[in-house]
Amino acid sequence: MITSVFGVLFDGFAYGMLLFLLSVGLSVTLGMMNFVNLAHCTFGMIGGYVTVTLMNSWGWPFLATLPVAFIVTALISVVFERTMFRHLYRASDLDQCLLTIGLVFVSVATAAWVYGTIQQPVQLPPYLRGSLQVAGLTLGIYRIFLIVFALVVTGLLVAALEFTRFGAQVRAAVDNQRMARGLGINVDGAFAITFALGSGLAGLGGALAIDIVGLDPSFALAFLVYVLIVVAVGGLGSIGGTFAAAMLLGISDMAGKYYFPAIGSFLIYLVMISLLMWRPAGIFGRRT
Amino acid sequence: MRRAMIGLALFAATLISATGAPEQAHAQDSVKIGLIMSYSGQFADPGSQIDNGIKLYMKEHGDTVAGKKIELIRKDNGGVAPDVAKRLAQEAIVRDKVDMIAGFDLTPNALAAADVSAQAKKFMVNMNAATSIITTKSPYMVRTSFTVPQVNESLGTWAYKSGARKAYTLVSDFSPGHDGEGAFQRAFKEAGGEIIGSARYPVANLDFTAFLQRAKDMNPDVIYIWVPGGPQPAAIGKAVAERGIDLNKTKVVGQGELTFDEALKGMGDAGLGFITAFHYDHNHQSAKNKKFVANYNADFKRNPDMFSVGGYDGMHVIYEALKKTKGDTDGDALIAAAKGLKWESPRGPMSIDPETRDVVQDVYIRRVAKVNGQLVNVEFDKLENVKDPFKARLPKQ
Amino acid sequence: MAVTSPGIAGAHQYLDAQVRWRTIEIVFWLATLLPFVVTPDYLVLASQIAVTALFALSLDLILGYAGIVSLGHAAFFGFGAYTAGLISKWGWGEPLTGLVISGFAAGLLGYLMSFIISRFRHLALIMITLGFGLLLLEAANSASGLTGGADGLQGVKMWPLLGMFKFDLYGRTAYWYALIVLFLLFLVSRRLINSPFGLSLRGIRENAVRMRAIGAESRSHIRKIYTISAIIAGVAGAILTQTTETVSLGVLDFQRSADILVILILGGAGRLYGGLIGAIIYMIARDWFSGVNPQYWYFPIGVLLIGVVLFLPNGVLGGLAQIVNSERGQRWAGWLTSPLPWRSRP
Repeated sequence: MITSVFGVLFDGFAYGMLLFLLSVGLSVTLGMMNFVNLAHCTFGMIGGYVTVTLMNSWGWPFLATLPVAFIVTALISVVFERTMFRHLYRASDLDQCLLTIGLVFVSVATAAWVYGTIQQPVQLPPYLRGSLQVAGLTLGIYRIFLIVFALVVTGLLVAALEFTRFGAQVRAAVDNQRMARGLGINVDGAFAITFALGSGLAGLGGALAIDIVGLDPSFALAFLVYVLIVVAVGGLGSIGGTFAAAMLLGISDMAGKYYFPAIGSFLIYLVMISLLMWRPAGIFGRRT
Repeated sequence: MRRAMIGLALFAATLISATGAPEQAHAQDSVKIGLIMSYSGQFADPGSQIDNGIKLYMKEHGDTVAGKKIELIRKDNGGVAPDVAKRLAQEAIVRDKVDMIAGFDLTPNALAAADVSAQAKKFMVNMNAATSIITTKSPYMVRTSFTVPQVNESLGTWAYKSGARKAYTLVSDFSPGHDGEGAFQRAFKEAGGEIIGSARYPVANLDFTAFLQRAKDMNPDVIYIWVPGGPQPAAIGKAVAERGIDLNKTKVVGQGELTFDEALKGMGDAGLGFITAFHYDHNHQSAKNKKFVANYNADFKRNPDMFSVGGYDGMHVIYEALKKTKGDTDGDALIAAAKGLKWESPRGPMSIDPETRDVVQDVYIRRVAKVNGQLVNVEFDKLENVKDPFKARLPKQ
Repeated sequence: MAVTSPGIAGAHQYLDAQVRWRTIEIVFWLATLLPFVVTPDYLVLASQIAVTALFALSLDLILGYAGIVSLGHAAFFGFGAYTAGLISKWGWGEPLTGLVISGFAAGLLGYLMSFIISRFRHLALIMITLGFGLLLLEAANSASGLTGGADGLQGVKMWPLLGMFKFDLYGRTAYWYALIVLFLLFLVSRRLINSPFGLSLRGIRENAVRMRAIGAESRSHIRKIYTISAIIAGVAGAILTQTTETVSLGVLDFQRSADILVILILGGAGRLYGGLIGAIIYMIARDWFSGVNPQYWYFPIGVLLIGVVLFLPNGVLGGLAQIVNSERGQRWAGWLTSPLPWRSRP
C-alpha cells in the first residue's frame, strides 16, 4: 500500500514536470507584459516536430535533438514576437486572444499539411526505455530522466533570475513594468529575450512530451487547457508557483486516476477550482 | 483610420475571393456522393484515411459506373458535432443535390445524418461509425466497417477459450468504450469467466501508469483494454512495459486500435505479445490484400488501416449497387441492391446482412510479433462470418 | 453601432439618444430576411448562424458590458440544449414551451453559478468558468444513462411549431423560428443595456471598486446580468436541439466556448451587434473555406483572424466605427448611424 502511494507520487511528479516545462514560459511572459499568448502550445508543437524530423528523417539521436528543439523554437518565437505580437502589447486582451488563436489555427493547418494528420512515432534510445526496481517500486526510466531534466532546468532558471543582472531586470519588469521603464530598463528587449526563452522551454517540453502523450497537429489546442490551468493556479510570473502548481496538478491527476477512477476526470478541475477560490491570484501569486 | 480602411478593403477582398470559388458544374450523367466526415481537428486522421481508401477504389475501378460519372462532394464535420453533420447532410441533399451520402467517422454524426437519410429517402453508406444501433436509424443505410459487439464479444469468447478465468477491464469513459466493456464482459462471463475489476479512464487521458498499476495489483489472467486510437495506445504500451506486466502470465487484449501501426511504432518492443481482435490489418495474408496494400503505399506512402478499408469497401458497395440498379439512384432501389451483396474484400470474405443491412465478416485474433524486424499483427485464430450479435438479440419485428 | 454623440449632457439624455433606432439597424434586420428569397438553399446554415448569433449575444452581455470573460459559456448553451432534448425525449415535443423551460433551467444554473462568478475577476474568473464548463461536460459524459453519453441523446422528436409548421429538410421553419427568437431577445438585450442598469454594468466593467464607492452594488448587478446571459445562452442551445433534433456532448465542450469567444471578438465585443456580425462572418467564411478545402480551412480562417486584429482593432465593428466616426466617415455614412427621430418605445 505504502509503495503504491510512492509510485503514484513519483508518476504524478514526472507528469507535473512535463506540465511545468510547457507552462513556465507562458507564466513569465504573462506576468511581465500581460500578453495573453494562447499560441504558447504551438511552440511546444514546433519543438515536438523538430525532434521528430531530426530523429526520423535525419537519424539524429534523441538527446541531441533536444537542444535543437529548444533553439529552433526560440528563434521562431522571436520572429513572431518581433513581427506581430510587438504591435499588440498595448491592445486589449481580447485582441491578443484573437491574434494568438488565429496563429494556432494557422499552425494547426500548416502542421497537418506538412506532416499529415498521423500520430508521429518516436522511438526512444534503449537506455531511456523500460523501468527500474527501487525498493519494491517500479520507476519508469524515462520518467526519472524527465524529473532530473526538469529539475536541472528549474534550477538554472531560478539561478538566472535570482543571480544575474538580466534576471533582476526581468523581476523588476514583472513587479512593476512602468517603474522598471522609468528606471531605464529596456523592458521590451528583456521581454523579447524572456519570450524566446519561455517559448524555447515550451519547445523542449513538446519534444519531451511526445513519448508520453504523443504528437499530432491538434497538440497546439489539446494542451492549451492544461497549460492555462497550471499558469492560473501557479500565479502569474512566479516560477516557484508554476512549479508547485504543475506538481500539484500532476500528482492529483495521477492519484485521482489510481484511487478514484470513477471521478478521475473530474479531479483536476475540482482541484483547480478550489485552489483558485482559495487563492484567486494563484498559490504564490501576488496580484491578479 | 487609414489602417482600418486598408483592413476593411483586405477583408472585403478575402470575402469576395471566397465567394468566387468555382461552382461545380452539374453534369447530367453523374452520380453525386456527399462525403461527410472529419477532415480537420482531432479526428482528421481517420477522415483522411477513409478518403484515401475511397480515392484508391476509384483509381482502381475508374470513376464511371453504369454509364454515370461518380462525383464526390467533400464536407468537413470537424469532430463530434451531430448538429453540423445533420446540417451538412441536409445541405448536401438540398443544395448540392447529391444522390447519396457516405463517410461518417463518428457515431453521433452518423446517427444525426441517418435521420436525414430516412427523411429524404437517400442511400447512406456508413464507412466507419461502429456503434451497433446506427443502422437501425435509417432503412436506407448500410455499414462497411464493423460493430463494437461483433469484435469484442468474439474477443471475450476467445479469451475464455484460451484459458483465462479472471479478467480486468479498462476502457475509455465514453459510450463506445462502455459498449466494448459491456460486450467483452458479457461474452467472457457467458463463457464462465469472472470479472475481478474494471475501470474507466477519462477520454482525454494520456498517462496510463496509475490505471495499469492498479490492474496489475489485482493480478488478473487477462487485462482487456479499449482505446479509440490516437496517441493513447502507444501510451498504454509504454505504461504496460514500465509497470513490468508479464505478458506470459497476464494477457493484454483489446480491440484492434490497441495495436495500430503508429501505436506499435510508438510503443516499440513493449507491444510484443499484445493480443487483439479485429476485422482488418494490412498484414492480413491474402493476394487481394497484398495488392491493396501495395497500391495504397504507392499512392499515399503509408499503410492502409481499418478506416481505409471501410472507405474502400464502402465504395465497392456503392459501385456494385449502382451496377445492379443500372445507374438508378433511388434510395429504395439502391438499398435493395445492396442487401445481400457478397464479395472478397482486402479484409477477407464479407457481406451485407440482408436483414439488418449491417456488415458480416470474419473476426481475426492477432498477436503482435516481430516479422523481418517489423512489429506486425499476426493472425493466429479467427471466428468466421460473425454477424452483429447485438442485433441478433433484438426481438424480431 | 453604439456611437457616442458628444455634447449630450446627463445620463438620461445619453440613454435616450442610445435607445433610438438607426437606419443601419433597420437595414440590418431587413437583410436577415434576404436568405428566404436570395439563397433558399442556405436556410439550414442561416438557422445555425442565427443560433450562434444568439449565443454570441448572450456572451456579449457579460463580456462586452460587464467585463466578465468566460471560457465556459458553453455550459449554459449545452444545459439548455440537453434540457430541450430531454423534455422532448420524455414525451413533450412542443417547441415553444420546451424553449421556455430550457431557458429557465439554464437561467437557474446561471443564477447559482453567479454567486461564485461575482466574487472573482481576471484570470481566476476565466479559469473558474472554464473549470465549471469542463466539469459539466464530464458530468454529462458520466451520466450516460440520462444524456446518452458520447453517442448523443437519442429519441429527440419535435412536434410542429405552433402545431402547423414542421421542421423541414430545407430549414425554412428552422430559420424563421431561430430568427424571430433572436430578434425578440435582441430587443430585450438592447433595451437592457441602454437602461440605467446597463450603464452601471459598464461602470463595473471599467472600475468595479469605484462603482461600489459611488453606491452601485456591483455583485448583485453582475449576478443579474450573468443570469440573463445564461438564459439567452440556454435558449440558443435549445433552438439548436429543436431544429436539428440532436444533442451531443459537443454542445458542452471547450471548443464551443472558445469558438463563441472568437466569434464575439471578431465581430467586436461590447457593441451588441458584434456577436451577430461575428457569427455571420465566421460561419459563412468557415462554410466557404471548408467547402473549398475540407482539410486545411483552418489556415485561411486563422489568417482572417490575424488580419482582423492587425488591421481592425476591436473587431470588425470596432474598425467600422473608427471609420464612420472620422470626419469624412461622418459626411458619407453619418446618416446611417445617427438616431432616427422617433423612439422605439411609447
